[in-house]
Amino acid sequence: MLRAAGLNLSVPGKVLCRDLNIVIKPGECWGILGRNGSGKTTLLHALSGLRAPDAGLVSWDGKPLPDYPRRELARQIGVLPQDEGHEFWGTALEYVLLGRYPHSRGFGITDGDEEAALAALQQMGMADMSHRTLITLSGGERQRVRIAMLLAQAPQHYCLDEPLQHLDLGHQAEALRLLQRLAVQEGKAVLMVLHETLWAGRYCDHILMLYDGGRALAGSAAELMTLKNLEELYQCGLREIETEVGSYFLPA
Amino acid sequence: MSRPFLLALFLILTPLSLLAGVAFGSVDLSLGEVMCALAGKEAGLATDIVWQLRLPRVVSAFACGGLLALAGALLQALLRNPLADPYVLGISGGSAVAALAAMLFGLAAAAVNLAALGGALAAVGLVFALGFGRGGNMVRLLLTGVVLSAGFSALISLLLTLAPGAQVRGMLFWLMGDLSQAQAPGLALGVLVAALALAWWQANSLDILGLGELKARSLGVAVRPLQLGIYFTASAATAAVVVEAGAIGFVGLIVPHFVRLLGVSGHRWLLPLAVLAGGSFLTLADTLARTAIAPQQLPVGVLTALLGVPLLLFLLTRRT
Repeated sequence: MLRAAGLNLSVPGKVLCRDLNIVIKPGECWGILGRNGSGKTTLLHALSGLRAPDAGLVSWDGKPLPDYPRRELARQIGVLPQDEGHEFWGTALEYVLLGRYPHSRGFGITDGDEEAALAALQQMGMADMSHRTLITLSGGERQRVRIAMLLAQAPQHYCLDEPLQHLDLGHQAEALRLLQRLAVQEGKAVLMVLHETLWAGRYCDHILMLYDGGRALAGSAAELMTLKNLEELYQCGLREIETEVGSYFLPA
Repeated sequence: MSRPFLLALFLILTPLSLLAGVAFGSVDLSLGEVMCALAGKEAGLATDIVWQLRLPRVVSAFACGGLLALAGALLQALLRNPLADPYVLGISGGSAVAALAAMLFGLAAAAVNLAALGGALAAVGLVFALGFGRGGNMVRLLLTGVVLSAGFSALISLLLTLAPGAQVRGMLFWLMGDLSQAQAPGLALGVLVAALALAWWQANSLDILGLGELKARSLGVAVRPLQLGIYFTASAATAAVVVEAGAIGFVGLIVPHFVRLLGVSGHRWLLPLAVLAGGSFLTLADTLARTAIAPQQLPVGVLTALLGVPLLLFLLTRRT
């Protein structure tokens, strides 16, 4: 269980988050929504231990994140950051195998690691490209391999920063179904930054809306995903179109 | 080519290149003579040539080549930049300024070496303080190194301009990299073994660092200590070479790419293969430098570039 208490976050000249308190339980799937620059990524980093908050405490299972040994924390909380570019010359399989690092003891790659990596590639529909050199893959294929690396890491809590980047519509739905399944069926927790309100409403059970000025709104998706909240969040007039699979919000 | 096959290939190539280095020179020795001399069976001219002259130089060449390739691979990983080479952060520049100044004042060879070491360490410290200091990142580190290198280059030009004509030739040899003064390979060899062991131990972390700092940290890698470790390991490797043989160019840049273009990824294989390839390459280049127009010697740095450029260009075009 991930708990943030009294969290304050800021970057020079801007308060991103003021006195935020949230609890993310196993089995929950959270979406973080907000305008560009509202601090979604910074918040995700703070909640995953990649950044120390200005004030407040983030803890996992009752223990503050900085108290965990690095690899132990990496077995609990896994992160898909925004693409930083990479210097990697090997195959997709070798790339995904790096995700097993927190589980490795000493030096070698075990058969178990290789199985986990292949299974992760399989889940992302990339099994038959596992021996392709990473640089020869398309942007969307590479993104699926990046997600596969996170699956191979097999943490308890998944933090993903815009996981749908570069994915086509079909693979967006597939990736989200997979993440939802991780939460609902396997009892993992998922927290992701999303821009697609349709997907957020359909696959997330909880939403965190980050407003400019450090105000945040957190709660169940059913309650928060309203026209009024989203118009205020994105500072943009919207129209709601209801369908049997959920509501579309389109700029008016 | 599979990685074990490449390793076997380089493990065969390495003693062959060392043997070639010992056998060829301004006095040609037959294989039998070399073997006899190496076994230490009889005293004589051949034994003296092998033990006093060629073997120290050949081992120096191998150690320097291995160190340069290792330092290049490490800095390419640290800076996440394929253009990085052992000199990109200004070590050779700082060292050259001090060594050339020592030459200008007519100091003895030992003092010149000491000055080279002092200059290298000063550059390492300066780049570290400015590049890694508060809020430092790898882009700042790289730019700091590049800017300081440019400054050192200006000072080198100044020293060359001020130097009397008779000294300029020796200075140019130093700048281009030259193994003719290399007679004590022990230090370079020791640094090579230690640096390779240290880097190999962190091979998995080096791979992960290539994914970016955030991802590396999220996987449990202690990024900043790792970066400092790489920086100082690569610096020690480069400094050992610069003191032993001046600034031999090109080996550190191309050998890691050469090994990658053969299809090797992953630092666990890349680092040892690059060391073997770099060592063999520099040994052969130096042998050629001694024999091509013997008894005249060429600066080995010229040959590494002349041999390496076509080889790498060939591999580059073949791969894509």
